[in-house]
Amino acid sequence: MSETLKPATADQVVDAVAQALAAGTPLEVVGQGSKRAIGRPMEAESRLDLSKLTGISLYEPAELVLRAAAGTPRAEIEAALAAERQRLAFDPPDLGALLGGPAGRGTLAGMVVPNLGGPRRLSAGAPRDHLLGYKAVSGRAEAYKAGGRVMKNVTGFDLCKLMAGSWGTLGVLTELTLKVQPLPETSRTVLLLGLTDGLGVRALSRAMGGPHEVAAAAHLPAGVAALSKVAAVARAGAEGRAVTALKVEGPGPSVAHRAGGLKTDLADLSADAEDIHDAQGATLWQEIRDATLLAEPAEGLIWRLSVTPMRGPEIAHAIVQRLPGTRGLYDWAGGLVWLAVPGDTAQGDGGAGPIRRALAEHGGGHALLLRGPEALRARVAVFQPEDRVTAALSRRLRLGFDPRLILNRGRLIAEQPEE
Amino acid sequence: MRMPEPDATTLDRRLSVVHELRRMVPEPGGVIHDPDELAVYECDGLTAYRQLPLVVVLPQTTRQVAQVLKYCHETGVKVVPRGAGTSLSGGALPLADGITLGLGKFNRILEVDLENRCAVVQPGVTNLAISTAVAGQGFYYAPDPSSQIACSIGGNVAENSGGVHCLKYGLTTNNLLGLEFVTIEGEVIRLGGKHLDSPGYDLMGVITGSEGLLGVVTEVTVRLLPTPATARALLMGFESSEAAGDTVTAIIAGGIIPAGLEMMDRPAIHAAEAFCHAGYPLDAEALLICELDGPEAEVEHLIEQVAAIARGKGANSLRVSADEAERQAFWAGRKAAFPAVGRISPDYYCMDGTIPRHQLPHVLGRMRQMSAEYGLDVANVFHAGDGNLHPLILFDANRPGDLEKAEAFGAEILKLCVEVGGVLTGEHGVGVEKRDLMPVMFEPVDLAHQQQVKCAFDPRHRLNPGKMFPELHNCAELGRLHVSGGRMPFPDLPRF
Repeated sequence: MSETLKPATADQVVDAVAQALAAGTPLEVVGQGSKRAIGRPMEAESRLDLSKLTGISLYEPAELVLRAAAGTPRAEIEAALAAERQRLAFDPPDLGALLGGPAGRGTLAGMVVPNLGGPRRLSAGAPRDHLLGYKAVSGRAEAYKAGGRVMKNVTGFDLCKLMAGSWGTLGVLTELTLKVQPLPETSRTVLLLGLTDGLGVRALSRAMGGPHEVAAAAHLPAGVAALSKVAAVARAGAEGRAVTALKVEGPGPSVAHRAGGLKTDLADLSADAEDIHDAQGATLWQEIRDATLLAEPAEGLIWRLSVTPMRGPEIAHAIVQRLPGTRGLYDWAGGLVWLAVPGDTAQGDGGAGPIRRALAEHGGGHALLLRGPEALRARVAVFQPEDRVTAALSRRLRLGFDPRLILNRGRLIAEQPEE
Repeated sequence: MRMPEPDATTLDRRLSVVHELRRMVPEPGGVIHDPDELAVYECDGLTAYRQLPLVVVLPQTTRQVAQVLKYCHETGVKVVPRGAGTSLSGGALPLADGITLGLGKFNRILEVDLENRCAVVQPGVTNLAISTAVAGQGFYYAPDPSSQIACSIGGNVAENSGGVHCLKYGLTTNNLLGLEFVTIEGEVIRLGGKHLDSPGYDLMGVITGSEGLLGVVTEVTVRLLPTPATARALLMGFESSEAAGDTVTAIIAGGIIPAGLEMMDRPAIHAAEAFCHAGYPLDAEALLICELDGPEAEVEHLIEQVAAIARGKGANSLRVSADEAERQAFWAGRKAAFPAVGRISPDYYCMDGTIPRHQLPHVLGRMRQMSAEYGLDVANVFHAGDGNLHPLILFDANRPGDLEKAEAFGAEILKLCVEVGGVLTGEHGVGVEKRDLMPVMFEPVDLAHQQQVKCAFDPRHRLNPGKMFPELHNCAELGRLHVSGGRMPFPDLPRF
């Protein structure tokens, strides 16, 4: 890596990209680098560091809108929102600890560009659903804008959707405008104890289809639950009982009423239910969001699978048959399966084959190798491979926005510029 | 409105196009070319613009759609996709030298999967039919454009349709799980499914709202939601739009996200009340309808909070719906606002800008001035929660110059929306109607980047040309890089 460019203005970002474009040398785009270990290893000769591009330029709580520079620290965004009793609805994970670094790092763009949502993604949508507008510098070294600052906008193509999930390969975001959400007055989490994975996900599905407005829904097999810092969860896990968790949020009386309703409605599946309150619930949902319960052992490979919710357990079980020693948990009412695959498989394909075969045989979906050694990430498809036609469209989009593949070359797939 | 010059060669070989389409879609009624029958397709919901298509084709299978598109791609014929034809922006306006490809025969609900909270439907199914199909099981499909009785889900995807519940439940794009999609090259792809999010670029996200410029959707998987346990509404009258606007601000700032939050101004209130006797306060300058839905205990609690806020802001009338019939009555006037205005004026022109909500009093004030200048009345209904404004400009098409005046007035309103930080269209789409206003909101470089998407999907511009973009650049030209090798070495750039 020859140099690090640290632009402090959007104009300097244009200069940095123009320079790389002229020289034909690819750039690695980073914020605070908290997700650098995700994706294929990049072919980059310089680093474009956006951590100096900071500051909230507009925050109107009554309009639920916040605009800030791409490199604004996550902590600064969260503090500003908390001061007005608001939050980011999509519940972005903090993967620092899982990836072997410190927690609490990251930038605004880093929360949006990978389009990774946490447990509340189930009810509130993903980052792509909350990005209202942006300014960016494309791989053409041109600064442009897309979207706006209002909630309802169908003026032209919705480029915001492309940027969320692009992992920095379609442009360098310099400014983002997001829809934010009021913080609920309180929350409560109902725990159902001792259900099998199949029954646990069935309980989650039924709750999601009922009238109680569930905000988040997860199932932790006993071995994983035992690692929780929340006493009630850890105790059940230690007793060999799985924990099925349902979160409701809102005004106090409503929350109490709905938690009671959930227990009543699910009593035929589990007679053994209890509640945990706001603070304990926050700990549990953070453990689920950040997959910290799967962080150890550090050499374990972490896969994140998005699947048809009710088929989560059969997919996980098919994978465990093929990859013994794999542990995991279910979020998004069964639709998000987190797996920790034993580290020795990194000598082979890290489980990529068995995992993607299980997906193909059980209703489809996609799997991301979120944590694994660099050599493995260079060898196997980190992101779910696309079919021929979709891949061709993606390639054309990529070339349209970044014709010389200057930005994060090779991060999503092995790729070479056109001759 | 200037449309691309019809291609004489295509017009000349009309009969051969008809013949080829018949071969691809041999079913009776699959190809329409009789001028009388074509008249049905000459416009969509924006009736000011009319054009007979070259020919209409109504395929029944994805394979047929693929064949038609491939044919268009390879032989240079333009194609305009069409759902139910309810677009208010001319998105389905035909081209004299283009095939109109109707999806009306794709009208089946293929699967309802309540355990996974989704339904798989064909694009010609109406928006309302989806909710109706699952209502008995306690589910519904959230986006509810006011044309929901007639508009098709495929059209909703093309336009990214909204409705009154967007603030809480989002637009179409936030309620889709999967698409089957045919490219102009005739390739069929499946995006998404019953799972969430996309592994690579979010193609479904950019196809949604692309107004038929990128391809044709042949199957849609929508997210279903459980019907809220209860819904109640408040009807609140205010002496000024400022007071009503302040109330909206205070509700949302108070952490409450209503299911619907609608505002009407004095002319709209009077028109609606005269039309359907909903019991609206005629002395009010502005009326708010606020609907709260969810678990009963919560709705009860929030109704009290909203009522307290409104009283604090000086509401001079306030009613809470006691039962479902009264809630429906509150909405009846709002839902009938367009036809109600249609009764007091020979014609009206419905606009669709979105503004930052705090700009409302300013925008309404400016609109009153413009109304005086143009000599045309305007009534306003407003999705106040999300800032989506629907000014209805009243005019008489039989009076010479009135339509042109109404259009100029409308364009000025939309420019004002952009000037105060808003956008040209919140839910109706750009189509032909707002096409030439795109440069008001976007710089050439912004539009060039949007067009990169068009070039990735449809480099020869066969799909729905003349819509959305004032000018479509040749893709090869647009793709060319402008590298200024001489600008090095960027002395200002901090290096480490």
